[in-house]
Amino acid sequence: MLFDFANVLVFTALGLGFVGVNLLIGRVLRPANPQARKLSTYECGEPSTGSAWVNFNIRFYLVALVFIIFEVEIAFIFPVAVVFRNLVESGEGLFAFIKIFIFIGILFLGLIYSWVKGDLDWIKKVRA
Amino acid sequence: MKPLINSLPETVFTTKVDELLNWGRASSQWYMLFGLACCAIELMQTGGPRADLDRFGAVPRATPRQSDLMIVAGTLTYKMAKRTKLLYDQMPDPKYVISMGSCSNCGGLFQLAYSVCKGVDKIVPVDVYVPGCPPRPEALTEGLLRIQDKMMRERWLVRSKSQTEAAVRV
Repeated sequence: MLFDFANVLVFTALGLGFVGVNLLIGRVLRPANPQARKLSTYECGEPSTGSAWVNFNIRFYLVALVFIIFEVEIAFIFPVAVVFRNLVESGEGLFAFIKIFIFIGILFLGLIYSWVKGDLDWIKKVRA
Repeated sequence: MKPLINSLPETVFTTKVDELLNWGRASSQWYMLFGLACCAIELMQTGGPRADLDRFGAVPRATPRQSDLMIVAGTLTYKMAKRTKLLYDQMPDPKYVISMGSCSNCGGLFQLAYSVCKGVDKIVPVDVYVPGCPPRPEALTEGLLRIQDKMMRERWLVRSKSQTEAAVRV
């Protein structure tokens, strides 16, 4: 039992030693030539301007959320559309049609909701 | 701990370590994707399966941070020259440059144009010039092999004058 622990210890020591020795060799053998231009941010050759801490407009998130409604809609309707012929042939056509309409109706309610709330307008009207 | 570069006297050990380093560097020249004009098509062909630059360990990289070699392929305009210089500066040492084609050698066909830089060697130090308009993939492969020869002659640990000066460029 104790010998198993010794195994783990030896392997841990070897692993740490291997990494440490390799890093040390690299540090000793590589050329170190830091310069201001070399350390500057890589922007495909353009000199970088400003800070990376930029606030994005919150309205982009609203647009993204509304987009997700329609994306989910498409992602769910496509499989139904693909197998719709089979469903019609097996006599479940009307059932599937009504079901997908209920699905679209719920999402359409969501669209109307965001429309009424004014989220589809880029410039929102602030109610006084 | 300080790097040992250019600090040791010439012994069997240091030359052997230098050979090992050079062998490693020459066998893994990662070149930056830097196609500026039509020569880039031949550059892509050189990386493709027929000429297959990969068998010499040369792999295209999309960022200067990971590259050792810059293959300037195409017409260098003054507008691009500033970017080229910055990208070269952002590459880690040791770094090498292949000037590919007449345009980057001397301006080539377009050297009388107002916007064309008359050779990439006006901007960055060039190790190998590959002539041609555009050079065939075989010619670029030959250029890469010449860079390998140059790498294998370099001395890193040994304190010597000219070669180390050429190796660690500022």
